[in-house]
Amino acid sequence: MIDKFVRSVADAIGYVTDGSVVLVGGFGSVGQPNALIEGLIEQGAKDLTVVANNAGTGHTGLAKLMELGRVRRILCSFPRSAGSVVFEELYKAGKIELEIVPQGTLAERLRAAGAGIPAFFTPTAVGTRLAEGKEEREFNGRRYVMETALPGDLALVEAWRADRLGNLTYRESGRNFNPVMAMAGKVAVVQSQHIAEAGEIDPEIIVTPGIFVDRVVHLPVGDPVA
Amino acid sequence: MSEASYTPLTRPRMAARVARDIEEGWYVNLGIGIPTLIADQVGDREVIFHSENGLLGMGPAPASDRVDPWLINAGKQHVTLNKGGSFFHHADSFAMIRGGHLDLCVLGAFEVARNGDIANWATSVHDNAPAVGGAMDLAVGAARVWVVMEHLTREGRPRLVESCSYPLTALGVVQRIYTNLAVIDVTSRGFVLRETVPGLSLSDLQAMTDAPLLIEENPHG
Repeated sequence: MIDKFVRSVADAIGYVTDGSVVLVGGFGSVGQPNALIEGLIEQGAKDLTVVANNAGTGHTGLAKLMELGRVRRILCSFPRSAGSVVFEELYKAGKIELEIVPQGTLAERLRAAGAGIPAFFTPTAVGTRLAEGKEEREFNGRRYVMETALPGDLALVEAWRADRLGNLTYRESGRNFNPVMAMAGKVAVVQSQHIAEAGEIDPEIIVTPGIFVDRVVHLPVGDPVA
Repeated sequence: MSEASYTPLTRPRMAARVARDIEEGWYVNLGIGIPTLIADQVGDREVIFHSENGLLGMGPAPASDRVDPWLINAGKQHVTLNKGGSFFHHADSFAMIRGGHLDLCVLGAFEVARNGDIANWATSVHDNAPAVGGAMDLAVGAARVWVVMEHLTREGRPRLVESCSYPLTALGVVQRIYTNLAVIDVTSRGFVLRETVPGLSLSDLQAMTDAPLLIEENPHG
């Protein structure tokens, strides 16, 4: 019998090699897999590349992982936010590499990685400094830049409901990057607020089908704290 | 410049002026800042607001005792969802944006050039920890891109310019600019003045604008 449920965060995270690319779901504090990030901190892997929309706030979660010097490079659309002090200090000190990616390009690079598309052309960022050095082509008289797929070794996802097959639903704006990160991760690990029996989640409302998911840990952590 | 005998619009009145031109049935994304204020000004018209983080049918801020911690907008403020609203993931959200499905996006900006170039994400090439968010996708994707901003910077420099001095967000995309002093269309011939606040002369407005302001009755764009 397939059973993707594991008992602990440590079991969910598993063995992460140094230098891994880690995709972290969430937008602001909503849909952010905080317990899994803590698990990654415990696990100890270093020299990581982190892909996340934001670069963490305060001194917990992603910010703590960075503060511990475990992140070599971060890809974000919006690293700066109220309380992103750790990132800003590391960046100023030249202790972390930053790749700024337009938010829609970030989402599409992840989707492409999960969908077997190695690269695509987008009108976003044409003629700006974020397109410097990138291949450009014209289609039907309009300019586009080539962007490449962004696969991860590990995806950390927060879901609202999960079953043993790894089928997932999300809650409201907690969906955000989580489904495309689940697709783009070689291994996709989920912390879920609720669990369900197989067949209990209406197939019509499953957002991430279990094929994209490897391990699920049940963590009823409650509402996101702004 | 002559003695000021005009009153610049306040931010809520700028938002109200933009709202007047938004049509029933449009799908609209509002940027952070003054654009956010527009949502409260569309009155009875049914306008569907989109938020980059996966919402269509975004409603106003909730009462303080009715906050839903799972429901935020792209500015990470708590919001509500109107009847008929929907949730979707980020790739679908930006497919709506890039795919030309939005009728309108209203953005704030540092500068807009007479050819429609917009600079609204970074204030210098060496910006500390720059952050772009969805600005570049919105600027190239929506069917209409309007900008709402103060006519001058805090230091008194024009924001409507011959060419942008700040890092660009997108090339040649802005179609209309609403400032606290005027409404200006961006056409293939440059800035075309549509209206000003009462009492403001063309020469005074031109003195606060870094590119020629054209006036035409029947623009050919």
